[in-house]
Order: sequence, then structure tokens, then C-alpha cells
Amino acid sequence: MTAQSTPLSGRPRPRLSAARRLRNLLMGVLIALSTVVVVAPLLLIFFYLLREGLGAMNLEFFTRTPAPEGETGGGLLNAILGSLQMLAMASVLGVGVGVAGGIFLAEYPRHPLMPTVRMLSDVLAGIPAIVMGLVAYGLIVLQFGFSGLAGAVALGFLMIPIVVRTTEEVLKLVPVTVREAGLSLGLPQWLVILRIVLPAAAGGIITGVMLALARVAGEAAPLLFTAFGNPLVNLDPTKPMSALPLEIYRGATSAYDENQRLAKAGALLLILIIFATSLLARRASRRR
Amino acid sequence: MSTPLLSAQNVSIYYGDKQAVRDVNLTVQRGTVNALIGPSGCGKTTFLRAINRMHDLTPGARVTGRIVLDGEDVYGPGVDPVTMRRRVGMVFQKPNPFPTMSVFDNVVSGLKLAGVRDRARLMDVAERSLRGAALWDEVKDRLKTPATGLSGGQQQRLCIARALAVEPELLLMDEPTSALDPASTARIEDLMTGLKQVTTILIVTHNMHQAARVSDTTSFFLNGDLVEHGATDQVFTSPRDERTEAYVTGRFG
Ligand SMILES: Nc1ncnc2c1ncn2[C@@H]1O[C@H](COP(=O)(O)OP(=O)(O)OP(=O)(O)O)[C@@H](O)[C@H]1O
Ligand SMILES: [Mg+2]
Repeated sequence: MTAQSTPLSGRPRPRLSAARRLRNLLMGVLIALSTVVVVAPLLLIFFYLLREGLGAMNLEFFTRTPAPEGETGGGLLNAILGSLQMLAMASVLGVGVGVAGGIFLAEYPRHPLMPTVRMLSDVLAGIPAIVMGLVAYGLIVLQFGFSGLAGAVALGFLMIPIVVRTTEEVLKLVPVTVREAGLSLGLPQWLVILRIVLPAAAGGIITGVMLALARVAGEAAPLLFTAFGNPLVNLDPTKPMSALPLEIYRGATSAYDENQRLAKAGALLLILIIFATSLLARRASRRR
Repeated sequence: MSTPLLSAQNVSIYYGDKQAVRDVNLTVQRGTVNALIGPSGCGKTTFLRAINRMHDLTPGARVTGRIVLDGEDVYGPGVDPVTMRRRVGMVFQKPNPFPTMSVFDNVVSGLKLAGVRDRARLMDVAERSLRGAALWDEVKDRLKTPATGLSGGQQQRLCIARALAVEPELLLMDEPTSALDPASTARIEDLMTGLKQVTTILIVTHNMHQAARVSDTTSFFLNGDLVEHGATDQVFTSPRDERTEAYVTGRFG
């Protein structure tokens, strides 16, 4: 502020710009420092996992299931396939309900149910992951036993509020005049939303879905008593299923070095997947 | 004269408690271009949007009086706003093509999204509408390219073509050239005379020369009142109201 107002008061310029340069320098250093503070933990995690896990990330890691306790070798194929299946199933729930909820909040702000839906979505966003697992346990596991499907339901519920929020936000960015142009053609509102507004917001919605996926991919708590885990490859969603976070949890708490090694490689893979998903999400949103 | 295409009877429009248009009576004959002029904030857009029931979507907006389109009360009981809007086209101040659609899909969107699948018919409608909007020659080789790749003036003519494609009885245009350069503006003004063959036009404009050049009748609004309505020649050369005279001669507004 002072740097801006002083030229008007007619003080000599050189002295002023020196003070300003000093301030610029100081701020520059501060900003650089805070960047380091923010990035340091991320780098620390990344390098720790690289050092500990990269060695175990060989062909066997991707093609074999864990070796029996105490034996060497083995991989996390069961967990990789389990995570992929459950994330795919969770997306059906999370995207279906989440996008519908986001459309409702953005496009029908005067609907009498809208405050209720908004509150539900906000509450859902605040529910801890383990509680979500408990809900899926009560709803599904008590009747049908542990299954990949039950785990996917828990993850799907976690995705919903994230997808709702991003969908609502990107829909609101589509100009009102685009909607009005659709309506003025004599198209019903739902058609305008589905065929004109939604495609215009698709990039942003995809971003939201990716971020939601990245967020739930690393959840172990809601899977502990839903998907439960499985030492073998399982492609049947009605049976217990493994997942990367579950294997990480079991490996890391195991007494055997071999299992610890696998856990760290699993963690590295998880981080890489999350990292890649986030990058893709950013690219999807930039392409719009 | 035949029965008018449009007749507004004692139309008042409110936003909440605030009255934006007061007791307007106006008739529009078939196959004419009709200009609405007046200073900013006098209610031109508000009046225009009442005709195709755009206010239905604005919270707190209310329309009283009667608007009759071709014998049918636009706000009559049991009248579906969606069917009503299909009969009335609208072109907006800023070009607003559908961003994810090609040139072709934009033009035929009103039909295609409503379920028309017949390729030959869509192609036919697209060509006729684009010719009607004087855009065909410029885009006939790039129908499949994104509409957002066109220039601003081309986009606005595309929006006109899109409105024409559903064959509206009445075409509402809200300052359609105010975001365009003089050349694009001239092209759209040239269009108007041809468009009279296929539809009837109600156009809001701030440009006196434009109103004088393109319109058959002119209505002058001031603070929500329709001050004067008559043949364009008469309104511009021998206005009955001194406020109209002051406005058209550029002394205020
Ligand atoms: N959605 C709205 N809510 C409340 N008041 C509004 C709304 N839209 C317009 N108004 C008010 O109604 C009056 C008429 O506005 P309108 O947009 O019809 O004017 P206009 O003649 O089209 O002006 P311009 O030439 O600047 O486009 C103005 O006082 C405006 O502030
Ligand atoms: Mg206006």
C-alpha cells in the first residue's frame, strides 16, 4: 500500500524502489519456504515408499498372490484386481447417485426437497469412512456375508458427496443463456439439462469422479468388515475380496519381513495410482 | 387488417413487489418486423421474455393481463409453456451456441433433441435454416466442426438459424447485434427483410438507425410504460409524444 501511494507524495524514486526490492526479496523467500513446507511431506512419503517398495515391485508382484506366511515371493494380484473391481462397482453407485444429486441441487434450487438433499449430502460428506463400512456391514454383510459388493457399496457411499459437490459446481458454471436457448427451442427442462447442460459440464464432472476415486481408493477402514480380504484372486463380487489398502494393513502389521515388503510395494502402487488419477483429473478439467 | 399474430392486453410484469412493465397494450401483425426501443432498464427485455414464458423460471416474476398468440392465450389455463415456447423463437444478446455441439447439431438441435431421427429431413432443415440466416455458404463445408469455432457474427447467425429450424410463428430478438462488429450487424439487418417471408419479428434494439432501417412498426418504452406505438416512419418523423421525440432525436436515453 505505501509503495503505491508514496509516488504521489513526490518522494525520490530510487530510495523507494530499493525498499520495495527488499520487500519483494523477502516475500519471495517466504513464499519459497512455505512451498517447501507444503511439498516436503509429500516428497518424504514418496521417497520413503520408493526406497522401501520399489525393490518388491517386480513381475511377480503384479502376477502372483501373496505367498503363505513365512515363505518368500508372491505378489498382490488379488489386491490389485480386487481394488479395480470394487472401484468400478463403487463408481456405478457414486457416479449414478452423485451426478443425479448434483443435477438436482444445481438445476432445481426452488424444489421443496432441495434443502433436505443438500443437508443429506453435507452430512454424508462428514461421515467417517469406518462408519460407512459399518452401515454396509449392517445392510449387506449381516444377511449375505462378506463380499466385494459390500465393500463397493461402502466406497460408493463415500464417493457420493464428492461427486455431488463437483457436479453442482460445474453445472452452475454453464451460462444461463445456454439453458435459456434450449428452453426457447421448446425443449423440456430435463432434456435441456441432460442433452445440453450436462455435456457442457462433462469435463468438470469427470474431474470430480476421478478425485472421488482417488480419495476412496486408499480407504482400508470401510473394507475391513465388508470386503474382508481374500488371499486368492476373486472375480466373484458376492465373495470376500482383497484390496490394496487391506493388504497394506495386513502386511504392515505382520511379523514377517516378506509381508512388510509387499505392503510397502502395495502402498507405492496405491500412491502412484492416486497420483495418476489426480493428474488425469486435472487434465480433464483443463480440456474444457 | 387481418387478426394480429400477437396481441398484448393490459400486460403488467412484476419482479417481486417491483413493477417493471405497466399496463402495456400492443399488437403485432403477421410478416412484419417490429422494433422495441427505449432507454436502458425501461422493461424491453422484461416484456419480450413474457411472450415466450421465460419468466416462469425467474423466482418472484409475475405476469398479469393477457398475451394472445394466434388466438391462444399464452398464459391460459392448461397451456404447456414448453409447447408455447416451441412456437416462439428467441435470439439473445450474446451468441449462445450449444458449446459441445457441431454447427449442424446446433442448427437442428430443436428437432433432434425432440426426437427427430430422419437424417434427410434434418439435413434439409439445416440447409434451409442456414440459408435463411445467410450462413450456408460460409459453413456448408464445416457442418461437422464445433460451433464454438465460428466467429461471433457467424455464431449469432447460427443462433438465428437454430431458432428458424423449429419454424417459429414469432421470432423474439433481444439486441441481437449489440455484441457484434458493424459488418456482422449489417449482415443481420439485411437478413431481416428476408425473414419476414417465413416469420414475424419482434426486435429490441438500442440502435435508432437499426430500428428505422429494419422495422415496420416501432414501440417506445419508458420506465415500464409503452409510451408510443406506431408505424416506424411515423414514430421517427412525427412522434405524437414529446418524450418519444426527445428519445429518437437522441436528446436523452
Ligand atoms: N430478474 C430480475 N429481478 C429483479 N428485477 C429485474 C430483473 N430483471 C430485470 N429487472 C428490473 O426490471 C427493469 C427492467 O429491466 P429490463 O431488463 O427489462 O430492461 P431493458 O429495457 O431490457 O434494459 P436494457 O436496455 O439495459 O437491456 C429494470 O429496472 C431491472 O432492474
Ligand atoms: Mg434488455
